[in-house]
Amino acid sequence: MSFIATPQSMHFDEALPLQGGGSIAHYDLAYETYGQLNADRSNAILVCHALNASHHVAGSYEGQPRSEGWWDNMIGPGKPVDTNKFFVIGINNLGSCFGSTGPMHTNLATGKPYGADFPVVTVEDWVDAQARLLDRLGITQLAAVLGGSLGGMQALSWSLRHPDRMRHAVVVASAPNLNAENIAFNEVARRAIVTDPDFHGGHFYEHGVVPARGLRIARMIGHITYLSDDVMNQKFGRQLREGISLKYSTQEVEFQIESYLRYQGEKFSSYFDANTYLLITRALDYFDPARAHGGDLTQALAVSRAKYLLVSFTTDWRFAPARSREIVKSLLENNRDVSYAEIDAPHGHDAFLLDDPRYMNVMRSYFEGIAKELNTAKEAA
Amino acid sequence: MSELTTMQAIAKLVPEGSRVLDLGCGDGALLSHLIRERGCTGYGVELDDANVLACTRRGVNVLQLNLEDGLAIFGDNSFDVVLQIDTLQHLRNAEVMLQETARIGRAGIVAFPNFAHWNNRLSVLRGRMPVTRRLPYQWYDTPNIRVGTYKDFEVLATKNRLRILDSFGLQDGKVVRTLPNLLATTAVFHFEHA
Repeated sequence: MSFIATPQSMHFDEALPLQGGGSIAHYDLAYETYGQLNADRSNAILVCHALNASHHVAGSYEGQPRSEGWWDNMIGPGKPVDTNKFFVIGINNLGSCFGSTGPMHTNLATGKPYGADFPVVTVEDWVDAQARLLDRLGITQLAAVLGGSLGGMQALSWSLRHPDRMRHAVVVASAPNLNAENIAFNEVARRAIVTDPDFHGGHFYEHGVVPARGLRIARMIGHITYLSDDVMNQKFGRQLREGISLKYSTQEVEFQIESYLRYQGEKFSSYFDANTYLLITRALDYFDPARAHGGDLTQALAVSRAKYLLVSFTTDWRFAPARSREIVKSLLENNRDVSYAEIDAPHGHDAFLLDDPRYMNVMRSYFEGIAKELNTAKEAA
Repeated sequence: MSELTTMQAIAKLVPEGSRVLDLGCGDGALLSHLIRERGCTGYGVELDDANVLACTRRGVNVLQLNLEDGLAIFGDNSFDVVLQIDTLQHLRNAEVMLQETARIGRAGIVAFPNFAHWNNRLSVLRGRMPVTRRLPYQWYDTPNIRVGTYKDFEVLATKNRLRILDSFGLQDGKVVRTLPNLLATTAVFHFEHA
């Protein structure tokens, strides 16, 4: 049992201009905070979430023993990101389905749920929205921005959009943009959703249905890409679901892996929103800070001021180490402080959420370093 | 090779305020020393998990990369000094790495165990590979897969058109300039590309 976390919400009435044009006039952001903000407000850490996660980063909800946050192994009292030292903030991104304004909420302009009309939001839009929430909390400079996968893209983007508002960027299992294969996986998932007859062009709320079939398939595809071949073989191999004799059926579940994927798909479709899935995979596809610089990542990173820690995992083929090394290379060319750990873990992309001791130790020691800087700054003051 | 005197002897070759790349930086002690004592900046490269962690604990920039995969991540002349302290002898592609060191750094400093030290020679004369404080391994488990001498390196440096700025031996933390190929267990070369 972890500590008790309390979700909060903040309402905004100043329109947020969006990268893709237009703006969101009114919106809410769900967030949580852990630990205490120190007197000079210098110990705040923003944790950015990936595709299917939320502002509930760590701790559990009162009276819900199995409700640990998605990065509870990393963040909390005495954990690598120690909430006895840091004030940690998790914010649910716009367009998500966990509390912040999203496509399932009422569009004040029409009085109906946004559905497919929810504007396309990008990593940059999320970062700007997060910055506004921090303004309200009175946090002018973050000790660090931390994120894995799509969350890592936000951490990277933070260091480019608000270079003076952060001292460290911790980018785990991420990439400077998605490659074609990665966009392809996202597109298959999106097609599964939009071709589901229950999708109704994204306005399924009004029909009282959910495109669950599409969501299930989208999740099954995603899940395959988050694991490594080795781990899947180790976990499931060719194990049959029942007994030892084959059914010779094309429709029934035969292998354990099929059963596992169907279960994951089922679970996911029961809580995740189809429009959110489309929006978030699109945000992934669009992220490409080098684009505005003719594809030159080094130029794109020239504005950065932060110190960086990058971490990748050798068996992660969705966000391969080579992609993290591209970021490292561009940081080197800009003469930035950067450390890079390439963890030889078997678990594929999912490794960033797991407990590999080498990974946890590097994270812990890096954040201890950040905490030490706080103390030094205090002594100097 | 982590003794303070040895470290200081090598650190003296690094100009103050240099941007440094330490290939095979171990626990980051030398890099940390250069940052603290000589106002340098830079990065270490390590493969070993425990060493990467030790560097993070020291607060020095460390990049977990396999030197055998090459150094394409580093640009030409992007560092003032590239260090290879007790690294070269572990690498299959030792010559390529030497060339890479010269490409990346305006200057290179290489240190490695000198197998022609008199004690090693005696051991081989007696018919056995040397096992010493400096070379504490048996022939069948040694990580030192490139067995070379002070003189051998001079030949390799010439072949690769490196200009040797300085070279000396190190023995018990002391600089050896007389007959270093015979009297020093460690060879140190400071060079630049021609």
